[in-house]
Amino acid sequence: MASGKMKKVWQLFLTFLKIGAFTFGGGYAMIPLIQKEIVEKRKWISDADILEIVAIAESTPGPIAINAATFVGFRICGFWGALFATLGVVFPSFFIILVVSFVLKEFQSIQAVRYAFHGIRAGVLALILKALWSMYRQCPKNTTAYIIMASAFVLTAFLNVDVLIVIIGCAVFGLISSAVISRRERQ
Amino acid sequence: MIYLELLWTFFKIGAFTFGGGYAMLPLIQEEVIAHDWLDIKSLVDFIAVSESTPGPFAVNIATYVGAEVGGILGAFCATFGVVLPSFIIILIVAKCFAKFSNSKMVKGCMAGLKPAVVGLIGAAMISIGGTVFAPAGIHTAILSDVSFYAALVIFLFSVFLVFRKVHPILIICISAVLGILFGYMIDYLI
Repeated sequence: MASGKMKKVWQLFLTFLKIGAFTFGGGYAMIPLIQKEIVEKRKWISDADILEIVAIAESTPGPIAINAATFVGFRICGFWGALFATLGVVFPSFFIILVVSFVLKEFQSIQAVRYAFHGIRAGVLALILKALWSMYRQCPKNTTAYIIMASAFVLTAFLNVDVLIVIIGCAVFGLISSAVISRRERQ
Repeated sequence: MIYLELLWTFFKIGAFTFGGGYAMLPLIQEEVIAHDWLDIKSLVDFIAVSESTPGPFAVNIATYVGAEVGGILGAFCATFGVVLPSFIIILIVAKCFAKFSNSKMVKGCMAGLKPAVVGLIGAAMISIGGTVFAPAGIHTAILSDVSFYAALVIFLFSVFLVFRKVHPILIICISAVLGILFGYMIDYLI
């Protein structure tokens, strides 16, 4: 690797290390930070690129934060850029959680902490409800979408169908129904 | 071999999760509980931890489950597994498909996946709701249980805060304080 490129790869690593260490809640919370660090400060990519990155990160499997880091890294510096951007964004989580996992158990033997977690669980349920609501708002509102929503819910909640099968089935169903719709429109 | 199993399980989770945040929760719940790596209560507790620590939920939960089950090497394998599919797929997409997100195939799949995720998170809420409101299982005496009402009050108050756009970490802190207050109050009264 040329030394100029190596320097850039290292800068990518450090930048994503910072992004990984300061995004709470992950995913979309990371996009403004990428914008500030990569677009405004370093000027490595443009604002239009950010939109494309978000679109791709959303429509490929895997956590959005990882997708975005890999994509930005690749755009700027090819494979090594992708590798070090991804390493950078994962590192802070990895070490913090490793420490937490050793400490958490010690704390949970304290009665007050156990009560605290009783409360926290109810609070987390509210956070998930919020996630459900924002996913619902992003979702297309038509009969097909409602049918998929309802069947995914019933199949996993009450009929214990494997989640993987439900995901694959819904993707195929979406693919077929949009193919049918576009054919009908053409006729 | 536990390390390979961690790697493979989280590889699957990474490969079949679409959308950010809690979209992967239903799949994680199914896999992690089926392997007996965590129970649903510790999973919910960990969501709170993950909200209050930096980094993507997927990486956090992978590291945590890996560490619980297989120590540092386990944490490494699970995290590596959850990141790998993204990494490979994004490299391929970035190299080969200039207009990937505009292609008909992708749009069609997403038309099915977006509503599916809504349904799946709804299903996850049912089972998590069970552990929150009826930790001892659903039974007829549930409405006479004080802790059921305590959980309900905390939940409704948190919903109010969530939709007032209060920061998640603050909500977790508030519900922790309420949990402690109610816990000792119930102990004192009964």
